[in-house]
Amino acid sequence: MTQKLAVAALVLAATAGTASAEKIKFEYWYGLTGDLGAVVLETCNRFNASQDLYEAVCVGQDGYEKAVQNTIAAFRAQKHPTLLQSFDAGTADLMLSGEFYPVTQLMADTGVTVDWADYFPGIANYYSSSKGEFFSMPWNSSTPVYYFNKDMFAKAGITEAPITWEGLEAALVKVKESGAACGLAYAPSSWIDLEQFSMAHNIPVASNNNGYDGLDTELLFNTTLHVKHMENIQRWLTDGVATLRTQAAGKTSRDSFVEGECAVFFSSIADHNTIHKLKPAFAWDVQIIPTYEGIERHNTVVGGASLWVLSGKTDDEYKAAANYLAFLATKEEQQFLLENSGYIPVTKSTYEALKAEGFYAKEPFINRDIAMKSLTFTEPGPLTRGIRLGGMIQIRAEWTAEVEAALAGQKTMKEALDTAVSRGNEQLGRFAQTYAGKSFP
Amino acid sequence: MVAPSFIFIGGPMRRAHFKFSWIVPLLLAPQLLVIFIFFYWPSAQAVYWAFTLEQPWGGGNTWVGFDNFKKVLSDPYYWGSVRVSVIYAVATTILAMGMALTLALFVDRQLAGYRVWRVGIIWPYAVAAPAVGLAFQFVFNPGAGIFSYINTIAPGWWDLSKYPWQAVTAIVVAGAWKQIAYSFIFFLAALQSIPRSLTEAAAMDGARPLRRMMDLQLPLLTPTFFFLLVINITDSFTDSFGIVDTLTGGGPFRATDLMVYKIYADGFRGFDYSGAAAQSIILMCLVMALTFVQFRYIERRVHYT
Repeated sequence: MTQKLAVAALVLAATAGTASAEKIKFEYWYGLTGDLGAVVLETCNRFNASQDLYEAVCVGQDGYEKAVQNTIAAFRAQKHPTLLQSFDAGTADLMLSGEFYPVTQLMADTGVTVDWADYFPGIANYYSSSKGEFFSMPWNSSTPVYYFNKDMFAKAGITEAPITWEGLEAALVKVKESGAACGLAYAPSSWIDLEQFSMAHNIPVASNNNGYDGLDTELLFNTTLHVKHMENIQRWLTDGVATLRTQAAGKTSRDSFVEGECAVFFSSIADHNTIHKLKPAFAWDVQIIPTYEGIERHNTVVGGASLWVLSGKTDDEYKAAANYLAFLATKEEQQFLLENSGYIPVTKSTYEALKAEGFYAKEPFINRDIAMKSLTFTEPGPLTRGIRLGGMIQIRAEWTAEVEAALAGQKTMKEALDTAVSRGNEQLGRFAQTYAGKSFP
Repeated sequence: MVAPSFIFIGGPMRRAHFKFSWIVPLLLAPQLLVIFIFFYWPSAQAVYWAFTLEQPWGGGNTWVGFDNFKKVLSDPYYWGSVRVSVIYAVATTILAMGMALTLALFVDRQLAGYRVWRVGIIWPYAVAAPAVGLAFQFVFNPGAGIFSYINTIAPGWWDLSKYPWQAVTAIVVAGAWKQIAYSFIFFLAALQSIPRSLTEAAAMDGARPLRRMMDLQLPLLTPTFFFLLVINITDSFTDSFGIVDTLTGGGPFRATDLMVYKIYADGFRGFDYSGAAAQSIILMCLVMALTFVQFRYIERRVHYT
């Protein structure tokens, strides 16, 4: 796949190079790397080959974080690209700076048609302003699920993958009793354990409706069900139904799962494609992330990245970028992304069409749309729209470091989460001070 | 890391008068320009940012006086970071210089195969820090590295994600390994510049190799020793980023969060430009203070000949 894409990319790049003298060029910096980076490059080539007015010049930036860092540096020197692929945690500063061109506005100004109502609300809400205007263009989207080893579940006498934490715990105990070495391969992830967990349970991560309603926000996750959940995970690790599997500990949770060592691990649906490629020697499937019994389940939110149009470019460049974004939103291009990655469709019409065509009935796509079930479980409410916090990257880092300290027995989980909250609040305070008098658009 | 000219400062000074010539500033200009653009200008910018809250995407900043410094210095985790940075600097310097001196003494004694060793020992200096970190991943990885054999004997004993002292040991060893080469070159050069007649005279007086080392070679090495001390300490404060990033990522739970790594994490990853600027000013002052202390108190014991 990679090779094919790379060859195709080279051929197209070579042919495009000769014929592009008159085309309007715009630059696009993206963060995806490896196989997925090749997919991004291929979308550019497909766009360039599909018409002869515009040319997308696509440059990989070696990861989302670096893409944002490099773009900021370039922006300060006024040498930035028109389009930036950025992950959600890195965009609070961009939103408040106002140095972007909201895509709804862009499309209206350039006369390019996009059916905004067609986007799934869980995705639309995440990337839009309080007035419902899209800031950035949703593209590669995912949500977390859990992966389970069907053979190990069958051996333990489990017929159905549980959708409650109580059920999952019972299943892990059974797996362990059936002689398996490892039940859950656990790696702390604030995205799954804190953010998506809170969405699914309709509990707040922070005040001000998770930061949407103002900058004077305080974190609340040390007061919610999240604390009990993390204590449960800690208990599982002590009891041996879960095992810590991180890169630093020697093996990632995904590797432990693919090798058949552990029966369950949590990750983004984007890994669905990767695991297929790794061809595990056992039957496996995915399930939505569990909720606790007695809780009314809510939707999870989208992860991945979206495409931002930056300020300070020419009208021609904006027109070219608008056409590229509209091109990505077509059913054909969404399907191209889906077939070459583990991502999910972003529009209802594409999803319905794919379902009708039997796309999700054949391997390797069977059950991949369980992510859609999780994402659309309920209409997004005030607490399940998403999270909009400044310094999100540091808040995540504080959470991870504190949880790791608790798991290593340095402090209790409650103490760890209290510390993470108070340190996170300092970040939020600094952010509010930096952007005094401003609020999220 | 270029040998700076300050090693000659302590030497005998001779007064000399030159006629002013435009050639001098002309020849100095390119170097001064480079220093200005890549050092003084960014440093001045950092000082300015350290007293403001800078918005990453431009759009202005707010003057906050010493707030950034107060915040950093009142953070217990920051002092943890300072502590581990000092431990790292002292440990890598002792380890690297000790190993380098031992190896240089062996090579200088022309033990079997010394020509091969000489080249072999210099090589690691050419390896970039992140590559060193990655290479040591294969050594220290608790699941797949060489150290994982320990875990087959005593399961769970070696785990970088759990035990801070192990993670610190790992970065110290990797950092020292990289620095040995540099010190080695200087020690060897210094040893080889000791006149043969001196060692031979000592040998004739009946001094055995160990005695000649202790009483003759080591005292004559003190200027080199002092120079390397300054360089190694400075280097381990400022050049440790690549190793930490690839080997431990600052973990477990901040145990290897060296000052320079924290600057990167807060500034570039977290977009807290002002907090990171304040931290880099503190780091700069610390390194300058340490260098001053070394010149003030250790250089007294150095004898230049």
